[in-house]
Amino acid sequence: MIAFALMVLVLAILPAFVYPPFLMKALCFALFACAFNLLIGYVGLLSFGHALYFGWASYFAAHLAKAGTISIPYWAGSWHWLNLTSGPMAPELAILLAVLGAAFLGVVAGSIAIRRQGIYFAMITLALAQMMYFFAVQAPFTGGEDGIQPVPRGHLFGMFNLANDDVMYVFVLVVFLLGFLLIYRIIHSPFGEVLKAIRENEQRAISLGYKTDRYKLMAFTLSAAIAGLAGAVKPFVVQNASLTDVHWSMSGEVVLMTLLGGLGTIFGPVVGAFSIIAMQNYLASFGQWVTIIQGSIFVLCVLLFRRGIVGEIANMFRIKL
Amino acid sequence: MEINLPALFGQLLIGLINGSFYALLSLGLAVIFGMLNIINFAHGAQYMMGAFAAYFLLQFAGLNYWWALVLAPVIVGGIGIVIERAFLQWLYKLDHLYGLLLTFGLALIIQGLFRHRYGSSGLPYQIPPQLTGVRDLGFTFLPNYRAWVIVFSLAVCFGTWFMIEKTRLGAYLRAATENPTLVRAFGINVPRMITLTYGFGVGLAALAGVMAAPIYAVNPTMGADLIIVVFAVVVIGGMGSIMGAIVTGFGLGVVEGLTKYFFPEASNTVIFVIMVIVLVTRPAGLFGRAA
Repeated sequence: MIAFALMVLVLAILPAFVYPPFLMKALCFALFACAFNLLIGYVGLLSFGHALYFGWASYFAAHLAKAGTISIPYWAGSWHWLNLTSGPMAPELAILLAVLGAAFLGVVAGSIAIRRQGIYFAMITLALAQMMYFFAVQAPFTGGEDGIQPVPRGHLFGMFNLANDDVMYVFVLVVFLLGFLLIYRIIHSPFGEVLKAIRENEQRAISLGYKTDRYKLMAFTLSAAIAGLAGAVKPFVVQNASLTDVHWSMSGEVVLMTLLGGLGTIFGPVVGAFSIIAMQNYLASFGQWVTIIQGSIFVLCVLLFRRGIVGEIANMFRIKL
Repeated sequence: MEINLPALFGQLLIGLINGSFYALLSLGLAVIFGMLNIINFAHGAQYMMGAFAAYFLLQFAGLNYWWALVLAPVIVGGIGIVIERAFLQWLYKLDHLYGLLLTFGLALIIQGLFRHRYGSSGLPYQIPPQLTGVRDLGFTFLPNYRAWVIVFSLAVCFGTWFMIEKTRLGAYLRAATENPTLVRAFGINVPRMITLTYGFGVGLAALAGVMAAPIYAVNPTMGADLIIVVFAVVVIGGMGSIMGAIVTGFGLGVVEGLTKYFFPEASNTVIFVIMVIVLVTRPAGLFGRAA
């Protein structure tokens, strides 16, 4: 509780010292990493394709806010497109629909991936994400290599002008905190306790009568939806949606953020995301060295430092974070 | 639909070539997974290192393709052995996921270093003079080098299968996969066998890299996307059987080639789609044992 209040306080005063667009981007990735951590940290499922939900939600939101057309293919003797045109949508509606889209992708991908365990699960999620990456390259509305840009920020609920960086920061912060609290709530609910039981011993949970596949799919969908929320906010911050966010390297980055911050800790992914985004920001001019350093952090974390930053601190002071 | 035979055979041939690489790489992954219980994410990077080793041997030592075919797997396999001793050996008692994460990190480091030094554009590597030219098969032309790649990788795959399934060494290996403690009790040095297995699997990847060098340009990212396709191949085939890995690799290469001809838009995704279908209908994979 104290830690949470401290985090809110820091995030509230930080924009006075640090460039706000950088903070907003970091907050998006922090929420993304928290969503990923819900799976790896509390259910023990390593999804190596979480860029799928983050990146596609980003495309959905950007497209809806910019063009606002929805095309649904339907079959009537031959394939037709049902085109719904609403014109550019308000940010809140675009984000809501994008989250629903990400949740849908999560249900579909999750129900395929949970058919295998452990290492196969990771490979399947990675392969599914790669498949959707190729769709993103080819699909007409994503803009291929160019992506979707510029994405208008618009007015939230018709009242708040998001073009103002301060208003935008408050909005991103509120979304982040809501997502964070939702994850906290999930973890500490009876549902969350069953997830932890599955992580510790799936066979035992099955023998106790829990339908573990359903719990896993539910957790997967929630994680995909929250990752989608993070992804849906991002195009409003950076004003574009691009292939970077659906690429496998993004899936790797979110794993790295969570691993560095601390798997299965509540605050770890936030710390990890801020560290990695800051490193990318300040080392951007070093080109390939960023990748090399990220790879080295992976190796060091796995060999020496498996609890991550927050996990080590929690262990040192014998507290739960 | 009118079928353009030369074009169809052309795509089938490319499919078989890709299939050779899928087979060699998934074979290496399966062998490593069997002994180490680690999914080697660095496999694509090691394939790339094989191609670069061939390039370096030619540039700096003047050793041609045939030397590279022998030396590159030995060199890269040796690096693999160092990696196993330095990093992987500490992970065997942990969750398998840590092996995946560590080798992913290694792949990032290796690919980053090569890109830092050589950029993203490809370096050329010539087809060896003995294998240039094409053969006229009547209905299509078959480049000699491509025929060589298919025949040679089939031979290597068969050799590996024979070694693992039919020789005494292979019997030790399979026994150690099942029950390492018991095999150690018989006086066999299992840790050394694990190290050499990793070196061998990495060597196979490097061998594929050498063979790929004259076909695709030698490029730091040549293995990065390939490894994900190979993962899908491994999920489809299941890692339980050596023959399964070989058959699935070649088969999927051919299917991909056919898709390039009949429905080119889907050629990038067809293997992933097949993976989904297999997972829905036969979750353990085509040749896998139920987990």
